[in-house]
Amino acid sequence: MNSPPQSVSLQPGIALPAKRRRLTGINLVPWIFLAPAVIVFATYVVIPIFQSFWLSLYDWDGLSPSKKFIGLSNYAALFQDDQFWTSLKNNVYWLVLFLLGPVIGLAIAIFLNQKVYAMRIVKSLFFFPFVLSGVVIGLVFSWFYEPAHGLLNTILGAFGLPSISPLSDENLVTPAIIAAGLWPQIAYCMILYLTGLTAVDPEQIEAARIDGARGMKMLWHVIIPQLRPATFIAVVVTTIGALRSFDLVQVMTDGGPFGSSSILAYFMFQQSITNFRMGYGAAIAVVLFLIMSVFIAFFLRHMIRSERS
Amino acid sequence: MFPAPIQEASAPKRYAYYAAIAIVLTFWLLPLLAVLLTSVRSLEDLNAGNYWGLPKEWKFSNYAEVFQSTPMLRYMLNTVIITLPAVVGAIALATLAGYALAKFRFRGNLLMFCMFVGGNFVPFQILMVPVRNMAVRTGLYDTYWALILFHLAFQTGFCALFMRNFISTLPDALLESARVEGANEFRIFWSIILPLMRPALAALAVLIFTFIWNDYFWALVMVQSDAVKPVTTGLSALRGEWVASWQLISAGSIIAAVPPVAMFFILQRQFISGLTLGAVK
Repeated sequence: MNSPPQSVSLQPGIALPAKRRRLTGINLVPWIFLAPAVIVFATYVVIPIFQSFWLSLYDWDGLSPSKKFIGLSNYAALFQDDQFWTSLKNNVYWLVLFLLGPVIGLAIAIFLNQKVYAMRIVKSLFFFPFVLSGVVIGLVFSWFYEPAHGLLNTILGAFGLPSISPLSDENLVTPAIIAAGLWPQIAYCMILYLTGLTAVDPEQIEAARIDGARGMKMLWHVIIPQLRPATFIAVVVTTIGALRSFDLVQVMTDGGPFGSSSILAYFMFQQSITNFRMGYGAAIAVVLFLIMSVFIAFFLRHMIRSERS
Repeated sequence: MFPAPIQEASAPKRYAYYAAIAIVLTFWLLPLLAVLLTSVRSLEDLNAGNYWGLPKEWKFSNYAEVFQSTPMLRYMLNTVIITLPAVVGAIALATLAGYALAKFRFRGNLLMFCMFVGGNFVPFQILMVPVRNMAVRTGLYDTYWALILFHLAFQTGFCALFMRNFISTLPDALLESARVEGANEFRIFWSIILPLMRPALAALAVLIFTFIWNDYFWALVMVQSDAVKPVTTGLSALRGEWVASWQLISAGSIIAAVPPVAMFFILQRQFISGLTLGAVK
C-alpha cells in the first residue's frame, strides 16, 4: 500500500516526508495516532471475541478458579436443547418482522415529506421514540398490553372485541415484543428516508412526471432506486438490531411464558448469569456471533467496494 | 420533490392531509400518552377503575414520590457519572484514529478501519463473559469504571468510523500547505484539523450520549449495587418493588426518559446529522 516517495505531493492523503519513510520502511505517524484507540478496542472488543470462542470449549461456572476442557460438548448439548431451538426460531421471527421497519419507515417518510407549517416538530414527534431506552419502551408497552386495564384491551373492548393478554400468550408474545421493538426502529428508518428524499434529483422527478409516471409507479421506478444508500443502511442496521435485541425481552417477559419468547441474546445471558454456565453461554454467543458475521461481512464488503470506487 | 407538494392540491385534500397527520401522530404516540396520563393519576383513581378518563385529581406528586421514596436521583447521577467520561474519552480516541485513517496511507489502514466498523456490530453476548471476568479480576466489577471503560472502548469503534468519514471530506490542500510550511503532523492535527471538527464533535457527542445513557445490558452485567447502578437497571429494579403501582412505574419511566429526550429536542440538528451521515451518499 506504500506508494513510491516521488508521488508524495501529487497524491492526496500521503503524509510523511519521503526521507523518513525510506529509513524505517514503516510510516509510524499514523500508528501513533491510532494506538490508543486500537489498544482499548482490542482489549474490550477484539480479544474478548477470541476468548469467548476458547471459553466455549470449557465447562466453567464463572466462579471456580479451574475450568474443565470438554471440547465441543457445549455445542453438542446446545443442539439438543429445546430452549436453543425456540430462541433461534424467535430470532428468525425478529429478523423477518423487523424488516417491516424500513418499509413502514419509508411510508411515513413519504407521508411527512411536505413543507407545511409545523412539519419540523411533527417529524421530531415521530422520531423521538428512537432516543428512549429499551427499558422505558418495555415498560411503556407492558402497560399498553396490560391484560386488565391496558390501553390495547380498552380499545379492543370499545370495538366489542374480546380481551387478549399478549405477554402471557405463547403465540402472541413474540410478535407483541417485536411490535414494541419496531416502534423506535421505524422512527430510525423514517429519518434515514427523510434525509434520502431531500437528496432525490428533482429533474428526474419532473422528467418522469412529463412521461406520465405518478404515484406508485413513480415511487417504484424513480424514487426507490435513488434511495438505495438509505435503504442499504436501514436494512443493515435493522437486521443487526433484530439479532442484537435483548432489552425488551428481558424487561417485558424475562423470556416467558415458559421460555417461549426467549431469543439467543437473552438465552445466553440467562445461562451465563442466572445459571452460572459460562462455557455454555459462550457457546450460545458464538452461534449468535456466527449468524451475525454473515451480515457484518456483507456490510464490510459493500463498504470496501464503495471505498475503492 | 416527491410526493407532489400538498400546497398544489385542492383545499379539501389539503385539510384531509392535515387531519391524517393528526390522527396518525396520535396513534403513533398512543402508548406513550397512556403512560403520561397514568403518571399523574392517584391511587384512588386507579382503584376505582378510572384508567382512561381524565384523572379526578392531577397528581403531579407521583413524581415527587418517586424521588423521595426511591434512589432514582442517585441512579440518574450514576448515569451522568458513567456517561460523560465515556463520551469524552471515546470521541478523543476516535478523533485521533479517524485522522490517521482518513489522511494517511499505510499498510493496515483498511484492516484497522474494518476492525472498528465490524467490531461495532458484534453482538454484546460474544464479549460478555470475558469482559465481565476482566472486570472481576481487576477489581472494577460493580464500580463506575467497569462501565466507563467498556463504553469508552466500544463506542470508539463507531466514533472512529464517523470521524474518519468526516475528516476525509476536509481538503488535503489544507494539510499540504501546512506541511510545506514545516508544521509537524501533531501540530497540523491540533491547529488545523481539530478546529474544523467542531460540528462533527457536537453531532457525535449527542448521539453517543444517548447510546450510553440508554445502555441496559452492560449495566445488568457489570454493576449491581444501588450506589453505582445507572437509571436503566435502577428503573427495572424499582418496577419489581412497585409490582402493579402503575402510576409510579409510569412516573419513573418518564423521569428516566426525560434527559435523552430533552437533549434530542434541544440539539436535533446535530443529532440527525450524526445519525444520517453516510445515508445519502
